[in-house]
Amino acid sequence: MATTAVRTAAHRAAPRGRRAYGIAPTAILLLGAVYCLLPVSWVLVAATKSKAELFSTTAFAPGTGLLSNLADLAAYRDGVFWLWLGNTFLYAGGGALLSTAVSTISGYALAKYDFRGRNLVFNMLIGGILVPAVVLAVPQYLLMSAVGLADTYWSVLLPQILHPYGIYLARIYATAAVPDALLEAGRIDGAGHWLLLRRVALPLMLPGMVTIFLFQFVAIWNNFLLPFIMLGDDQKFPLTVGLYTLLAAGANQPSLYNLIITGALVSIVPLVALFLTMQRYWRTDLAGGALK
Amino acid sequence: MRMSRLAVATTAVLAAALAAGCSSGGGSTGTASSAEPAAPGSAGPVNLTYWTWAPNMDKVVAVWNAKNPDIQVTISKQAGGDDAAAKFLTAAKAGNPPDLVQAEYQMLPSFVAADAVADIKAETAAIKGEFSPGIWGLVTLGTEGVYAVPQDSGPMMLYYRQDLFDKYGIEVPKTWDEYAEAARTVREKDPKVFLGTFSSKDPGSFAGLAQQAGAQWWSISGQSWKVAINDPATVKVADYWGNLVKEGVIDDQPYFTPEWNKALNDGTLLTWPSAVWGPGVLSSNAPKGKGKWAIAPLPQWSAGENHSGFWGGSSTAVSEKSPHRAAAVKFATWLNTDPEALGLLVREAAIYPAATKGGTLLGDTPEYFENQPDFWEQATRIAATARGFTFGPNVNVAYSAFKDAFDKAVQDKSSFSAALAAMQEATVADMRKAGFQLAR
Repeated sequence: MATTAVRTAAHRAAPRGRRAYGIAPTAILLLGAVYCLLPVSWVLVAATKSKAELFSTTAFAPGTGLLSNLADLAAYRDGVFWLWLGNTFLYAGGGALLSTAVSTISGYALAKYDFRGRNLVFNMLIGGILVPAVVLAVPQYLLMSAVGLADTYWSVLLPQILHPYGIYLARIYATAAVPDALLEAGRIDGAGHWLLLRRVALPLMLPGMVTIFLFQFVAIWNNFLLPFIMLGDDQKFPLTVGLYTLLAAGANQPSLYNLIITGALVSIVPLVALFLTMQRYWRTDLAGGALK
Repeated sequence: MRMSRLAVATTAVLAAALAAGCSSGGGSTGTASSAEPAAPGSAGPVNLTYWTWAPNMDKVVAVWNAKNPDIQVTISKQAGGDDAAAKFLTAAKAGNPPDLVQAEYQMLPSFVAADAVADIKAETAAIKGEFSPGIWGLVTLGTEGVYAVPQDSGPMMLYYRQDLFDKYGIEVPKTWDEYAEAARTVREKDPKVFLGTFSSKDPGSFAGLAQQAGAQWWSISGQSWKVAINDPATVKVADYWGNLVKEGVIDDQPYFTPEWNKALNDGTLLTWPSAVWGPGVLSSNAPKGKGKWAIAPLPQWSAGENHSGFWGGSSTAVSEKSPHRAAAVKFATWLNTDPEALGLLVREAAIYPAATKGGTLLGDTPEYFENQPDFWEQATRIAATARGFTFGPNVNVAYSAFKDAFDKAVQDKSSFSAALAAMQEATVADMRKAGFQLAR
């Protein structure tokens, strides 16, 4: 009798304890979500406010000016905003594609080929992760100037192609996702390096590549300092630098807050869309990593 | 084998990069070689790039481009302020600056010290008379050279809420003592409202108020600089504001923040000692105050005086490395002295022209000040009383020292003259480190 009572009590306590344990992470994650989403929702609300409403109504009261803000933004300097958006797509899309290609091939080579100096190369790349890109921006500008590439599209694209963290990720992923036995089997069947990479390694590494692509795409999309230093011609600006010219309009000119906020909102739409469409690869990747 | 393949790949990438480099480099040198000043019949037009942040400058330049097929100017709109100066200096050091650059008066000395802008004394001899000696001094820096053509200026005046002054029964203060008295009165009548605020983030505004009091922060005698940021005049200004902040009768929030905009909008901030470009800021940041603000001369330090200072203002400078100096100066001269260009600058770029004849072109009262039909007459009268001082080669250091020291002083409600001493010390130390000769 006593033992059954104890046992049932224990039975009862166990799930309750597990439930209590389960609430804490959820609560923390919810808090984190609120922390991250609150500013975004503010941007969403503030973008609907007209000039007069922006600084006079309460923070989360929706305004009436969204359409006129969008129209003003589209009309600002004959639609230069769309040019900046296009430039950003070029930098982020082109840069992320090239970077993914370089990272994948280097990561694959570092993981699957044993050659002299492999660890030296890899350690140097790991060291590269520790150097913030911010520190490199000015030296890179001086180097680009020396070869006459400053103020060109290349000056923003080239420095962002080699991405140590991407290579690191690709190496880790290739080690885990591409079995040596498979490559060995391919070699016995007479496949060359190129064929092995294309037909065996790349399909297996696809989820990892998507992760690297997304990382780089977001990093370049949000990068401010490099294009700010590299580019003088406002026709080549990406959104970050372009919107900054609206904010820092000089001491004696008002900042165009409405346009900046609306511009910021429009500029995150493609990122959100990208994440939603790429989400399934992302999920496969995380699940894949968990299983291995 | 593997290594050699790697080498081949590397060479290919490098070759591609170099090819791209050469083609773009070749393009620019191509235009550079057709540089010789736009003599009629020379091969191809001269192309000038111009970094500016004044709004609608592209429309002003379009007029020039239509009239001058030989000298085509391309605007590149930059972020303004200190960042613009840093970016220009970096570009100049790297050897690819724009031909023309908008230079704030306080930044010009640092451009000169870095050999980034050209001495255009010979080319500008004819237009010296277009500007008042005080403004011309800002581009000569008290030397023999001329380093830019003045574009706009920012004489300071007092913006105040006419309707709320009536409501609280305050007279427009004629002296700073009266201003302090009015600040106390306002606090008594409505504890939610402040007469004004001291901004620890706007050294330019503080410099203007110091100029009004007769300060001379920098001066050159022979080969050596004299730095006197904590001269008696500036100490007087600093302590005046410091005491008001400590007493709590003046707010201490900086200008140009969303909170400040809100206060301007909802009538909890009644005055703003600012420059002639104020209407643009007010109409954009405080649209609800339309028709309620008015201007008056700045309060004076002693009754019967009549002085003002400058806050902001910029000039058009020509890069030392520009291969098209003559053409660039020709454009800068047109932009800042031609009546048509001045009219465009006033209308499109909303600036207060530095050229003396610009005063007559100002035209209609700003819509925001419909309650004050003689706005421009007042402003022009006040502008005539403004006095400036020579800026030194490291204004950026002095200004960031101002922000650090005064931020802290405002927070701790500690002595403003001590903060001023810290600013002086930081400025002198930096100049000494940079190798400038300092007079004792």
